[in-house]
Amino acid sequence: MKNIEVPALARVEGEGGLYIGLENGKAVEIRLDIYEPPRFFEGFLKDRFLQEVPDITARICGICPVAYQMSAAYALEHALGVKISPQARALRRLMYCGEYIESHALHIYMLQAPDLLGKESALELAAESPEVVKNALRLKKIGNELLRIIGGRSVHPVNVCVGGFYSWPDEKALKALLPDLEWGLNAALDTVKLATSLHYPYLEIDYEFVALHHPDEYGVIEGGVLSSTGRKLSIVEYETGYIEEHVRHSNALHSHTVDNNTYLVGPLARLNLNHEQLLPKAKQALKDYKIQLPLKNPYKSLIARAIELVHFYEEAIQLVKEYKPTGPAHVELKLKAGEGSGATEAPRGLLYHRYKIDANGMIQFAKITPPTAQNLPRIEADLFALTPRIINMPEAEATRTAEHLVRSYDPCISCATHFLKLKVEEK
Amino acid sequence: MTTKKPAVAVYKFSSCDGCQLSILNMEDELLNLAEAIDIAFFLEATRAQKPGPYDIALVEGSITTPHEIERIREVRANAKVVIALGTCATAGGIQALRNFASAEEYAKVVYAHPEYLHYLQTATPIAEHIQVDMELWGCPVNKAQVIEVIVALLNNRRPNLPPHSVCLECKRRGTPCVIVDKGIPCIGPATQAGCGAICPAMGRGCYGCFGPARDVNTDAMANMLLKMERYPGETARLFRGISGYAPTFRTIVDEILPANEEAK
Repeated sequence: MKNIEVPALARVEGEGGLYIGLENGKAVEIRLDIYEPPRFFEGFLKDRFLQEVPDITARICGICPVAYQMSAAYALEHALGVKISPQARALRRLMYCGEYIESHALHIYMLQAPDLLGKESALELAAESPEVVKNALRLKKIGNELLRIIGGRSVHPVNVCVGGFYSWPDEKALKALLPDLEWGLNAALDTVKLATSLHYPYLEIDYEFVALHHPDEYGVIEGGVLSSTGRKLSIVEYETGYIEEHVRHSNALHSHTVDNNTYLVGPLARLNLNHEQLLPKAKQALKDYKIQLPLKNPYKSLIARAIELVHFYEEAIQLVKEYKPTGPAHVELKLKAGEGSGATEAPRGLLYHRYKIDANGMIQFAKITPPTAQNLPRIEADLFALTPRIINMPEAEATRTAEHLVRSYDPCISCATHFLKLKVEEK
Repeated sequence: MTTKKPAVAVYKFSSCDGCQLSILNMEDELLNLAEAIDIAFFLEATRAQKPGPYDIALVEGSITTPHEIERIREVRANAKVVIALGTCATAGGIQALRNFASAEEYAKVVYAHPEYLHYLQTATPIAEHIQVDMELWGCPVNKAQVIEVIVALLNNRRPNLPPHSVCLECKRRGTPCVIVDKGIPCIGPATQAGCGAICPAMGRGCYGCFGPARDVNTDAMANMLLKMERYPGETARLFRGISGYAPTFRTIVDEILPANEEAK
């Protein structure tokens, strides 16, 4: 096979490169190069006041700022021994519904679907199927609208604070969104139908799946860290099971389990581990479309996202109907020195934060483990497994299939440090 | 009017992708926009890449690596109009906090092997490296303002962007001043309008993510804020945040930091 070089992989969040070294038709070296420049968040968080942290960490990622605000808020609340009110907790889940809807609709229709439909972009798809793209944009818009009502704006919302929220969002504005949410639930079900009708490249991997698990709800905030191997850890114990290290070719850190295994976080992991906790319509969709779990094909994470899209529309409707703001929106904080961990499920997977603070509430130490850093070694391993299947393909198809694999992860390279470049080279 | 649609390229430098996402978030306008302009290069949206030169380059992010210096020069050479999009591109963004510290120290905090990394000591706005034709502030940019800038360019007129501070937006929304009403420190009086004054509307102070407004009496502001701090160093931290490297905000903090030290 000739060398393949794609100067920049498109439709991912951030900048990176892909290198596949071949020897006698076999992959001998695979590297996902991250040249997204380092921005040193953990460095400049030091000596900032704890209440500034959610605003700063949001800037790690424009696609999933809510996840960065939530994990930070939970970690700092843990450090202070603060428990937020049940209403604030419900509002955090509702806000997360907005982020899942916006992020999943973007990824399903604008980032990954073009690969499955042989298009370069959703805009190109729009020329052929304008209704599909218009509905996709509306699906996404409703998520952003939910974020705007709760957070002031969809990218880097401004209402999350340590202790809850700065203020309760307007009840009327939220309730006025119900007809749109009902429309979205049906459009999400249509998305599952579309997702299950597409033809995916074949690849089955025996992953170790890792996700937050909560016995009473689909794990997003709180709960414990569950692995498909049966390993159960509390959030505080996370670092005893999962280790991050710095590898030479990358500005991102890579993670592995304490047993030195790669593992997978994100929609496949969540759906496979937590499908019992899905809301009824999402559960029904699994049955109706005969989706066999566990899903082990990384390309099919699009199906998992579609099921989650149904779930989060369903949950958003429920939470908006029940929304009744009472009492203060946040707990008053009593500052003290301490240490706290927080983990929530970003749309792309588990996001862990740990902070140490001094008696004045100033950050002394910060550690942030983004989902994509945990998935990077897994993406490399998947590419290894994929290579024998693509080396006999025509060059353009091989490149696309490899790129598509990386994109199916919805990697947020801005998070893990962001451009992908594919280079396949015969040694 | 020429019949050929203007070719637009969207680039990313050191940033969070949020400003580019603001373009993809134009759910009501995106398809119309794609009819009015030719999206020739936009990696986050499409694999298709048309070669330059381009009529308009929209640039997100700040310059933080030696390679980015080379790339931004190529962007300039390849585009008629360069627009810096967002507070990273106009003031360095949150990562410009390294400019006030040592990047090496930061690298050691985050990475086990800082020697693997290639980065500059500073994170700097686009205009420090090339000539920029227009700057649009915001973290993230307001998508209505992005549309206004593109429409203005297509119609060969000046974009209509508010010259005043966030205060006027509060007045327009009917939000009582959080400084006066609640005693909450807010740098809205020194910050450019554009966000819609969302922070005060949520009952909190503005933290300056749209950058400094013009002709602000910063000394008077800083003196007032210093008297109402809720924790020591709050005023300096408010200005030295997302837009901290913008010259006006930089100067304020340089003036109040020594005063803080004396107070200790």
